[in-house]
Amino acid sequence: MLRIEDYSPIVGQAMIYELFRLARQLEGKKIQNINSTAVGGGVAEILSRMMPLLKQLGLDAHWDVIKGNEKFYAVTKKFHNGLHGVPVEVSQEDLDWFLEVNRENAEQFEFGDIVFVHDPQPIALIEKRASVGRNWVWRCHIDSSQPNKTIWKFLERYIAMYDAAVFSAPAFEARLPIRQILISPSIDPLSDKNKDLPEEVINAVFEKYGIDRNRPVITQISRFDFLKDPLGVIKAYKMAKGSVDMQLVLAGGGATDDPEGPMIMEQVKAEADKDKDIFVLFLPPSSDLEINALQRGSTIVLQKSLREGFGLTVSEALWKGKPVIAGAVGGIPLQIRHQYSGILTHSIEGTAQWIKRLVSEPEFAARLGANGREHIRNNFLITRHIKDYLLLFLSLFYSDDIVHFS
Amino acid sequence: MNEFRFYSKLDLTVLLGRRAKNSRQLLEGLRHVPDASIYFHTHKFLLQYHYVTPVPPNDFAQWALLSLNDDLLGERLSSIDVVQYGNLGDLRASIMKVVEEHVEANGSRRECPPGEEFHFMASQAFIVPTPIVVHTLQEFAAHLEHVSLNSLYHHMFDARLRLGRGENDFSAWFRGIGKPELAEEVKKLDPYLHTLEGLRKRLAVLVRRYA
Repeated sequence: MLRIEDYSPIVGQAMIYELFRLARQLEGKKIQNINSTAVGGGVAEILSRMMPLLKQLGLDAHWDVIKGNEKFYAVTKKFHNGLHGVPVEVSQEDLDWFLEVNRENAEQFEFGDIVFVHDPQPIALIEKRASVGRNWVWRCHIDSSQPNKTIWKFLERYIAMYDAAVFSAPAFEARLPIRQILISPSIDPLSDKNKDLPEEVINAVFEKYGIDRNRPVITQISRFDFLKDPLGVIKAYKMAKGSVDMQLVLAGGGATDDPEGPMIMEQVKAEADKDKDIFVLFLPPSSDLEINALQRGSTIVLQKSLREGFGLTVSEALWKGKPVIAGAVGGIPLQIRHQYSGILTHSIEGTAQWIKRLVSEPEFAARLGANGREHIRNNFLITRHIKDYLLLFLSLFYSDDIVHFS
Repeated sequence: MNEFRFYSKLDLTVLLGRRAKNSRQLLEGLRHVPDASIYFHTHKFLLQYHYVTPVPPNDFAQWALLSLNDDLLGERLSSIDVVQYGNLGDLRASIMKVVEEHVEANGSRRECPPGEEFHFMASQAFIVPTPIVVHTLQEFAAHLEHVSLNSLYHHMFDARLRLGRGENDFSAWFRGIGKPELAEEVKKLDPYLHTLEGLRKRLAVLVRRYA
């Protein structure tokens, strides 16, 4: 198991000291995280990495999972899609069932001093507040910038009952009568996907797929999904390749529930068949080490998304010191300040132009990558995420604009 | 009391629920947000991007340049020299004057693309003591290289404008221990022109000279 001190060489001893110092202010408070699944998905992943670290800091931290059946998760899937702005229809029966499951769960829990509810599935537990009191925070991990109105209207009445709502990017904030906090997600620098790798491991992965590390490699790691614009990436690569030699790697998971997914994948494959320098890699979910190696061995990493939740693949690539060219959408502008820690683009032409420049100007590209790594070190590692959670919990007890601890 | 304890400051970012998609809405926001938001948007990037030089412009300028694609407004906002302001009210007035003049002269029809609106934010600051306490300039110089950048930032930037102490904490302490010349030299340093590590080195050189 990782120890909080293992992060000290990366973020500095002073940061670790500050985490312990903040945690001391929360002594005696039971902190209870509640979500809807113990495994699978980003929320469970970050909680499973964070919980042992919170306990090592001396916090009385707990993690509970609500119980639901298939019918319940069918309804919450609609909520999830609706928050993403997808048109969905929910019936009164759906809503009644959702509330019933939440109420049943609420009867089973012994609530902590701080109840930290993640995502919409357990949101209606807040009804219990009237009888148990406590401090309640709702954490939205979803891009809710353009939510479906019906879904939002239903959820809003519950969100408004919390003390605070937490969003991952400024664009996700809403008109709410409660305090709204910005807490970005994070990557774990010691996980398989991000830890340092020996050069021979990187070489082995490139050799396995027949990619030549002696020539420039441009890589996008993403699902094959319209919103990640893999076809736009191929177009940009072709435009850039007119003047600079390079290979393109598109690596990621298979088709998603996006109805256009299979069609896009077919087109990507067709394009790859025409060009021996395009490598399309369908990677299973357990490919963290390979993804790590592909990012580390690339000359440039792309994330040409048309829409993005937060886009942690950008943080992953920047952490590896790679120059990144990415679409200026969702949480990406938080991770990249244009021409300081990477490149933000808005079009295929712009992306092509920057690919050419960065391949031709390796020193400038290296400077962007080095700046990007520092930016991630300061702002998007798990230790910053823990710091933000500690401050969030403290803000429930201290309301002043400036709080002094002596 | 001759001791100096280093403190560190940790920020929780608060979303204010106010956004702008053109310069007129930016002006409206500037008029209504709390001082903490003015401080946030003119300082947060200094800590986030403490390692790069030249330092990127403040958030207002950056948004005008990149999202509004308005080079003139961006350049004028970038030129606001924060070190010249002794309080956040004056800094706010100066930023507003630039935007107001720009709106009057050029209108505000230019809008950012959807999704690139300016979101006003602020921070709730938590100040915690560090274990580092010094009593002499020699001790100060020896420990300066070990304090966190958060701590350095707090004493150099927050103290003067965010906490309204009028000057940085180091100068106040140097004066208190009978080193007024050192206090003045540090006060005259423009911290906005350095990376935080560069600032740390510059401070160390000055302190050693008087130690």
